[in-house]
Amino acid sequence: MNKCTERIYNGIVKENPTFVLMLGMCPTLAVTISAINGLGMGLTTTVVLVMSNMLISLLRKVIPDKVRMPAFIVVVASFVTIVQMLLKAYLPSLNQSLGIYIPLIVVNCIILGRAESYASKNPVLPSIFDGIGMGLGFTAGLTAIGIFRELLGAGTIFGLSVMPDAYVPMAIFVRAPGAFFVLAALTCLQNKFKLPSATNVPKADGAIACGGNCSNCSGSVCAANHATLAQEREKIAAEAAAKKAAAAAAAKEAAAKKAAIAAQKEGDTK
Amino acid sequence: MKEMILLLVGAALVNNVVLSQFLGLCPFLGVSKRTETAAGMGGAVVFVITIASGITAAIYNGILSNSHINLTYMRTIVFIVVIAALVQFIEMVLKKYMPSLYNALGVYLPLITTNCAVLGVAITNTDEGYGVLKSMWNGFGTAVGFTIAIIIMAGVRERTEHNDVPEVFKGSPMVLVTAGLMAIAFCGFAGIL
Repeated sequence: MNKCTERIYNGIVKENPTFVLMLGMCPTLAVTISAINGLGMGLTTTVVLVMSNMLISLLRKVIPDKVRMPAFIVVVASFVTIVQMLLKAYLPSLNQSLGIYIPLIVVNCIILGRAESYASKNPVLPSIFDGIGMGLGFTAGLTAIGIFRELLGAGTIFGLSVMPDAYVPMAIFVRAPGAFFVLAALTCLQNKFKLPSATNVPKADGAIACGGNCSNCSGSVCAANHATLAQEREKIAAEAAAKKAAAAAAAKEAAAKKAAIAAQKEGDTK
Repeated sequence: MKEMILLLVGAALVNNVVLSQFLGLCPFLGVSKRTETAAGMGGAVVFVITIASGITAAIYNGILSNSHINLTYMRTIVFIVVIAALVQFIEMVLKKYMPSLYNALGVYLPLITTNCAVLGVAITNTDEGYGVLKSMWNGFGTAVGFTIAIIIMAGVRERTEHNDVPEVFKGSPMVLVTAGLMAIAFCGFAGIL
């Protein structure tokens, strides 16, 4: 597969930030009271993510390693400011309904996470596509949760009434507690079907600060931990493969020895 | 006086930073396994948010919104850099002059840099047009609200740790359901003001 399309597939399906990596939970819970809000927040984040990935990738050889985090934060904050001004000018109603969560995109760990783990190490074009993929994955996640909450809480989807008149909306789903319950249901389904997810790692692992369990995760360690987790999984897989190979080799050797002994015995009897 | 008390109650209980605004969810879900660690985290948050609110409000009112300069659009960039630097600075000062407090808060301080509640409060303060003292007071109230929420959460988690929970609900789903039930309780405070 082409590298760029691979990045997009990776962002939307394989490493979906909402359903698999479980990053950026604050905006996920806060703005998804309706599908349109989720979509708006997702697309806003996508724009910031693509722009910051592009600039950080361009500057990756200029930024000294020691001050990379502050540099990334300033880059992201600049783009967030630009996007916020554009929204204020052209989409004031969306700006109004997302409110404080737009400037807070700066501290969304998806953006810093991608900057740190991908854009700062890869050329510009794949970084841009990585941003597009991750952003669309995040948008899809937020929109899906938004549709779910809006449907249960108000009986509408994107403001269009879809439920029969007899349906009494469960208003709790568009209020704060509903967000926690929806996320609980989501993680519960992931547990049930053993889906690949950051909250669904079989046992705590010493090498990973958070134990590979996102309910123990705090802030910026996330990104680093997710990288470690991927490495750790690879290592475990490699170890298992090596063990298998060793076992096969040992079995082969044993068989060869047996054959040799048998041959010797045969020779002796002769 | 009455206004100040209402501001404190509003920030701490009615608009609880975690349970109704969803800011600072990561430490709320992550550092709430034991009551002592939750209290430590809460203490560090109260300390940092109060100071950060004061300083960001001073910078915003004194420099950024000065009619000669008018750099209010730089708010997000300036705040995030100031907060990140401030947390480092507080850590160094505490280490040098108040080692006992540093030992108590130590591990939790660096975690706060990326806590979106700190930036969230700073932005709310400027949106509402609070002055320096009022911002600090609002920040203090918000942080107290965070502390209340995280300590209750830790208490509930300690009690329910060995409960017989259905297999699929073990781990994070159970924590989130607990948070949801707490959020319902905090919705009740909306009637106070």
